[in-house]
Amino acid sequence: MKIDKDQVENIAKLSRIRLTELEREMFVHQLNNILFYIEKLNKLDTENVAPMAYTSDVSNVFREDKLKPSIPLQDVLINAPATKSGFFKVPKVIE
Amino acid sequence: MTYEVVIGLETHAELATITKLFCGCSTKFGVEPNTQVCPVCLAMPGVLPVMNKKAFEYALKAAIALNCKIDEFTNFDRKSYYYPDLPKNYQISQNYHNMGIDGYMDISVNGTISRIRIHNVHLEEEAGKLIHPEEVGADYSLVDFNRAGVPLLEIVSYPDMRRVDEVESYMQTLRKILLYTEVSDCKMQEGSLRFEASISLRKKGVDRLGNRVEIKNLNSMKSVLKAIEYETMRQRDVLDRGETVDRETRLWDEVNEKSARMRSKEESQDYRYFPEPDLLPVLIDEKWLRAIKDTIPELPLIRRQRFIETFALSDYDASLLIDEKILADFFEECVKILNRPKSFCNWITNDLLREVKDRKLDIYHLKIKPKQLAALVEIIEKGTISSTIAKEVFSEMIQTGKDPKTVVEEKKLVQISDEGLIEEIIIKIISSNPDAIEDYKKGKKNALTFLVGQVMKETKGKANPKIVNEMLMKKVGV
Amino acid sequence: MSLRLFECTAHQIKAKILSKEIRASDFIKIVFDRIKSLEPNIQAFITINEDEAIKKAIEIDKKIESNENVGLLAGLPVAVKDNICTKNLYTTCASKILETFIPPYDAFVVKRLREEDAIIVGKTNLDEFAMGSSTENSGLKITRNPWNLECVPGGSSGGSAAAVAADLSILALGSETGGSVRQPAALCGVVGIKPTYGRVSRYGLVAFGSSLDQVGTVSKDVRDAALLLRVIAGYDLHDSTSANVPVPDYLDRIDSGVDGLRIGIPKEYFTDAFNADVYKALKDALKIYERLGAQVVDISLPHTEYAVAVYYIVANAEASSNLARYDGVRYGYRTSKPNGIIDMYCRTRSEGFGNEVKRRIMLGNYVLSSGYYDAYYLKASKVRNLIKIDFDVAFEKVDCIICPTSPVPAFKIGERANNPLEMYLSDIYTIPANLAGIPGISIPCGFSKEGLPIGMQILGKHFEEKKLLQIAYAFERETDFHVKKPVLKISSM
Repeated sequence: MKIDKDQVENIAKLSRIRLTELEREMFVHQLNNILFYIEKLNKLDTENVAPMAYTSDVSNVFREDKLKPSIPLQDVLINAPATKSGFFKVPKVIE
Repeated sequence: MTYEVVIGLETHAELATITKLFCGCSTKFGVEPNTQVCPVCLAMPGVLPVMNKKAFEYALKAAIALNCKIDEFTNFDRKSYYYPDLPKNYQISQNYHNMGIDGYMDISVNGTISRIRIHNVHLEEEAGKLIHPEEVGADYSLVDFNRAGVPLLEIVSYPDMRRVDEVESYMQTLRKILLYTEVSDCKMQEGSLRFEASISLRKKGVDRLGNRVEIKNLNSMKSVLKAIEYETMRQRDVLDRGETVDRETRLWDEVNEKSARMRSKEESQDYRYFPEPDLLPVLIDEKWLRAIKDTIPELPLIRRQRFIETFALSDYDASLLIDEKILADFFEECVKILNRPKSFCNWITNDLLREVKDRKLDIYHLKIKPKQLAALVEIIEKGTISSTIAKEVFSEMIQTGKDPKTVVEEKKLVQISDEGLIEEIIIKIISSNPDAIEDYKKGKKNALTFLVGQVMKETKGKANPKIVNEMLMKKVGV
Repeated sequence: MSLRLFECTAHQIKAKILSKEIRASDFIKIVFDRIKSLEPNIQAFITINEDEAIKKAIEIDKKIESNENVGLLAGLPVAVKDNICTKNLYTTCASKILETFIPPYDAFVVKRLREEDAIIVGKTNLDEFAMGSSTENSGLKITRNPWNLECVPGGSSGGSAAAVAADLSILALGSETGGSVRQPAALCGVVGIKPTYGRVSRYGLVAFGSSLDQVGTVSKDVRDAALLLRVIAGYDLHDSTSANVPVPDYLDRIDSGVDGLRIGIPKEYFTDAFNADVYKALKDALKIYERLGAQVVDISLPHTEYAVAVYYIVANAEASSNLARYDGVRYGYRTSKPNGIIDMYCRTRSEGFGNEVKRRIMLGNYVLSSGYYDAYYLKASKVRNLIKIDFDVAFEKVDCIICPTSPVPAFKIGERANNPLEMYLSDIYTIPANLAGIPGISIPCGFSKEGLPIGMQILGKHFEEKKLLQIAYAFERETDFHVKKPVLKISSM
């Protein structure tokens, strides 16, 4: 599979990354190189192989429904680029 | 042209845990912004989720109650989309292995039962809340993450509904099941129960479904019904003009009672689901499943049927009782003590509900107990108090939680059945109301009622009305 | 010639501090003097934590003076990779997007360091978000290899490896997703452990590839590695993938030797693809093991050639979603004067992330996107299982696997910067262990003709770190590669 400029632009949109024309060209080239390399996986027949989504074979890990203290509002907001009256402030969101 | 309307519902219900799905922050509603958050639910760099067992079990319970197939293996997936109220910009949800699939729920419309299939039931996390300031020219929105990470159950129906009354019954029945199983408090005004509808129209007799339109921002059951009616009309107009309905998502505008396009199918999101590596899978064995099953009470529709058959209640009365699980439980407790179902049903559906409404009482924390109501009915039957007085006693009981006998004693409400005493009063009333006697003799029957009323007034309602009636009739010579 | 104090191992310093031969506060000043004199050349640190470190050292001195119990790492300086959260201390991931981020919490491993009275000297440089193999992808600075300042220290834990190699710290924490502790340890001539997935809590380690990430140790010798691993390993309720497996005392019987052990040599790893010096160093090392009574057995890991491809799909798929949270809303960098929310996201991320990070996020989003999931992500997950099975089969025959850590010694800064794929391929020997979740240790095993360190890695079964340390120590005891020091000129500040 080969990707073109439009696809790269689409992926960039999905990734919330804005590319300059130059970057777009660079990424088309580099991503195609990588995808070409990845193609080698198709040499393998994996029809009857189970996917490995987890590195651990443990299951059923839970915590109890027990309250723990939240953190002080000051710590919540200290790293925020913009705040207002205890809220995080962002550019207007229109649905 | 006649069309068939095809409706499916997606329901979101916040689960009734005290902490969030992946961290120990409180789920309490209505606190100051961003005061129930921690590094985990704020998606600070480096944090990890750990699953709340109760939330998982609540979701499982709901899936069982909705007759879903439960696979032995379930896990969680990341659903990616950018929105400022979604801290990680992905939501931990389920996609490849839902908690429950292929279930159903029976609903009743005007006494007819129909079965609505459930596509899947799954567990996911709630987003935060975006606030759009109303001040003129405000170019910003505000974000509060208190709700972010609250456990959320999603129930997706098949498009099995055809009419608005079915949709209404579906919503009501589902709400009752969630309340009966105690997995959600279903407070729509707090957003803990929400619906999204998908609607398509097709010509009668055609199998293929028409293009589906999804409607969001439905804040009450009433909005759901109104939005469906609006959308049905809108699509009918489009089809009647010979055009095709666009596959799209629309937002309901409650104030103007119409919907507007939010995004088209082409703009539909690519959620890039993949297994959440930070949470390990959950294996559900028979033993666990049975233990959860055992905690599911008799569900509303079945209970209603049993009430009708066992207690000879009307469909209407039974429906009223099962509407709130706590009331139906109350009723059954009473009947266990004293086998007078009809009487208890009347007390609960009339007096109790009226008092609750007038006095704005919380039915989950009533002061009156079933054995007290049973005792009240018992002393009425014994003739200790009249049923008129009983209403006064009941009102006192529901406010104070006192036993009926205590109320009767304190207020000196014991019924007067002493015929000598009653006769004395009757003689006094007759002598002071000669006009009424004349009227009665001329055939005005309600004059007798007036005289009974006077006797009751004189005894402050305590005279046994049956005896008063009999003796009066004798006195005025019938 | 006696060692200068900063050249000592953790064990040596610990003994001196506990016997009151030197005070922790005096030693830490020596360390900071060393940092001040060499840091301008090495550039290992992003943040130096001098004030807090001195305060902590004074506290430890007080404890020792009043004969109170002290922790396992009492007074020992530890450098922490800057993708591990430290409460009230900058944690930048070497990214512009987190340049100002101050965590309100400690990572599990940092909490453990503090509990054992370690002294956090500073936060070390890395490839941005740990994405890289040379530390050249740092968004903040370039770290240099102490053995040759024109060379890379490896990566992504290049700052940690360089700091220990240059004696700027006695111990360090790094992190691995595909070899990011072992490879820089090899290139800087120090010891690096990548523990079993789940052995060390990931809570507070900024996520890159969640099913691969693991915090690791960097140290001057094997015994120090055993000491540090014991402190950071263990069950943590905050990490669902953390293993509830008891932590042994890794130092106990570390000198058990290798007599009778079977060492597997994967034929797929010993190809002509690697450098002649590396090849020779490995062959010599195996001879030593044979002399010590181990049996060298040929094995096969047939799916090795697919490891890099699998890794770049799985790691980047996970990374694309792990890095979605850097959006300028709650913390970190936000672009100036955004025109609406989408514009804020896009510009914040375009300005905040470097090219390598962007490339990986895009690749990850591509392989997960509608229509490609099965062909890429699902396929890779299946092949990943085959790679894991390769190891399961091999470990039925052998006790451990030995192979080079990196096909080449440290390369020149800038040499590979323009070819991402070639850079990815240099991780070929380390990646399989991350995919399978098994532990690995890299130890010095020689030098190239140019005088650059060469590393050898020992891979073992899940949770057999103790055995790996014994095997590594048996070699270390017989050799002196680990005590060799780079010659560093002190620059004036």
